[in-house]
Amino acid sequence: MSMQIKPILAALRQHKAGTVLIALQIALTLAIVCNALFIIQQRLAHLSEPTGIDEANLLVIANQWAGHRSSQEVGAQIQADLAALRQLPSVRDASPSDGYPLSGGNWDNFVMRTPEQLKPTTDASVYMGDEHMLDTLGVKLIAGRNFNASEIMRMASRQVVIPPVVIVTKALADHLYPDGSALGKPIYSMSTTPSTIIGIVERLQRQNVSNWSKPYAYESLLWPIREDTDGLFYIVRSKPGQLADAMREVPKALYAQSRMRVFDPKIGGSFAQIRQRAYDSDRGIAILMGIISVVLLAITAAGIVGLTSFWVGQRRKQIGVRRALGATRSDILHYFLTENLLISVGGVLTGTVLAIGINLWMVTRFEMARLSMDYVGTGVILLLLLGQCAVLGPALRASHVSPVEATRSA
Amino acid sequence: MFAYYFDLGLRSLKRNPALTALMVMAIGVGVAASMITYSVFRAVSGNPIPDKSAQLFIPQIDGWGPQQNRDGEPADALNYIDAMALMRARRATRQTFLYGLSMSVLPGGNQSLPVAVNGYAVYGDFFPMFEVPFLYGSSWSAAEDDGHAAVVVLSEELNQKLFGGTNSVGREITLDGHDYRVAGVARHWDPKPRFFALFNGSGFQDPTDFYLPFTRALDVQVNPNGNSCRGHLSFSGWNDWLQSNCVWVTPWVELDSASDVAGYRHFLEGYAADQQRAGRFAWAPNVRLRNVTQWLDYQKIVPTESRISLIVSLGFFAICLINTIGLLLAKFLRRAGEIGVRRALGASRREIYEQYLIEAATVGLAGGVFGLLLTAVGISGVSLLFSPEIARLAHLDLSLVGLTLTVAVLATVAAAFYPAWRAAQVQPAWQLKAN
Repeated sequence: MSMQIKPILAALRQHKAGTVLIALQIALTLAIVCNALFIIQQRLAHLSEPTGIDEANLLVIANQWAGHRSSQEVGAQIQADLAALRQLPSVRDASPSDGYPLSGGNWDNFVMRTPEQLKPTTDASVYMGDEHMLDTLGVKLIAGRNFNASEIMRMASRQVVIPPVVIVTKALADHLYPDGSALGKPIYSMSTTPSTIIGIVERLQRQNVSNWSKPYAYESLLWPIREDTDGLFYIVRSKPGQLADAMREVPKALYAQSRMRVFDPKIGGSFAQIRQRAYDSDRGIAILMGIISVVLLAITAAGIVGLTSFWVGQRRKQIGVRRALGATRSDILHYFLTENLLISVGGVLTGTVLAIGINLWMVTRFEMARLSMDYVGTGVILLLLLGQCAVLGPALRASHVSPVEATRSA
Repeated sequence: MFAYYFDLGLRSLKRNPALTALMVMAIGVGVAASMITYSVFRAVSGNPIPDKSAQLFIPQIDGWGPQQNRDGEPADALNYIDAMALMRARRATRQTFLYGLSMSVLPGGNQSLPVAVNGYAVYGDFFPMFEVPFLYGSSWSAAEDDGHAAVVVLSEELNQKLFGGTNSVGREITLDGHDYRVAGVARHWDPKPRFFALFNGSGFQDPTDFYLPFTRALDVQVNPNGNSCRGHLSFSGWNDWLQSNCVWVTPWVELDSASDVAGYRHFLEGYAADQQRAGRFAWAPNVRLRNVTQWLDYQKIVPTESRISLIVSLGFFAICLINTIGLLLAKFLRRAGEIGVRRALGASRREIYEQYLIEAATVGLAGGVFGLLLTAVGISGVSLLFSPEIARLAHLDLSLVGLTLTVAVLATVAAAFYPAWRAAQVQPAWQLKAN
């Protein structure tokens, strides 16, 4: 086969434009497909990050109070609501909260190790709930203890409340006290008043998972606070498999307590809906990149088929001559396969440089991660195989050209 | 001659159906991918107030200092103290201070279930500044701002919901337990992106339902939709919180000339310097004065997803065109014999060139029509690709139809320059001899 390379190169010189076009197309396809696959992988990895909570049985109600009520009235209403929710046959537990994982909105506080520090150590997503919060979310306590009912504080509108105790996620504990000694230590959250870490939970996703939040992934804290303000979220955990029942019963039970409230239909809902909404743009771009990659590969393959068919048509006579001079069918087949391989190799080499270039540009422009070489490697193999498959049809047709063609016309 | 070549082009489309179909498909999907993503990009990157975007400015004052601000930039909103200082100074032709609020209203009186409504607390200048059109009534007066009047401007949509679309000026509505008299009803007005309220909003949220006087909203202590604070917090009530470093007020000023802008910038710097001298700021003046387009740019309002998908789609289209160049080359040169005959019979190179460009244009037109179908299908399915609040902005209008067809034809003709030139270079003698 190696003997054929020289005549192939000589022949390609006769088809400079076609050769360059195929190589260029392969190069650009490689560059785009590598980056598209990489974007897909990044987005899929992001949207499949676990939250650490019992997603299958959770629902969230966004409850805003209507009319004008004092903080005391709101407090009493929340007590009554929670008692009613916890009695529902389909409900395992319920908790008031200021937010929930993946809500997109965010209550986050800077967190410091010492009271005099101005530059924060890190940033934590702040969850406020009562002693039912851990069981409701279904997060796993890996050290220390849960809040007890007497520790729950009440917070009125525009009031800073710093509870003496706090439960943190392992990620936050490790960030603040990398030696693993967090339990029992203080943290300072935008205040000179310390909160002592009494418990550590394995994992609890932040309320916001957008780009700026990434350096603080999974860093969350839970405070024993009930907010008696304009509104709150009720997080409800149904008994296993009874989520649908809970979703019917919960709003009814709450309206039975008081109808002067508004449930925002655009936020909350079952956790499956919350997850769907939280990642819709990630999913969308993964779908778009997927469609573009597939169509692009198909078009490139079709383009190769088209141009090679044209070349085979042009060269029927020469092929006939070669066949008449003793070349076997397999020689002809190999000729076209090798020719395509040579062009493809030129294309993928250029394409690799382009793929890395495009990625570097996106890194600076869109805060993307660096392209892993695995994707370039996969792309190269994919395109070389694609080229060989595309050329197979026309090459087989060429190999069936009869030696008689040599004698036809002229 | 054009009609004849066009006719030849149509005939030739039928001659190599597979090759032609391939080209039409490549151009079609390429142009459709670009147009679908462009329709979204166009919607999110547009200038929401083109005739005034250069006169409306958002002042920023750094109240957090170099240790606590983000990358040296002042916060995206003002704290109450600085906002009120700018308000009292009145250094602009018009000015408004605003914040977003969520409230509830009983649409059918006391027997009905409350519904959530969202609005803004603004000054009366807001309406003429941002050119809000009125259906009934008008905005409230400066005197009503100063008098903390309990008035409200409703959106056309909320007026429909509450009053069946009738002229409701002078009637009362109850928001979160407080009564307000309707001063006016704004005609549908929802600039996208909502440049004036990007603090705590994506810029593409649901339309606004109502506007209240800022002064009145503070009186009844309506909480803002969000605020951002730094350092050690210790407030324990509304008035305490107002004096904190928490930012939540978005200021806007209208400045008509370059000298007004320079003057206002000078004023801001002077104000910040005064605060430094008074010991309130422990840092040198750090202020900004951006107009609407600069502000949208600074806020990176166009979602990354929209930019990336547009760029990738354009790259995709470029590859489709390279593909087309190759296929046109094959299609044209296959007819070398025919070209030879025409040349021998007296056709000039220029005529051959023209003929093949026109033939390419017919391919482009076919690709454009196919692309248009795909674009229509794609735009109806665009909610799969973008978040709902962005996806609903994309629509197929006449200008997009025109653009799709034009781009398809022009791009294909451009792609045909080289293949047509090659066709025109065919040597008649050589062809006639060979065949």
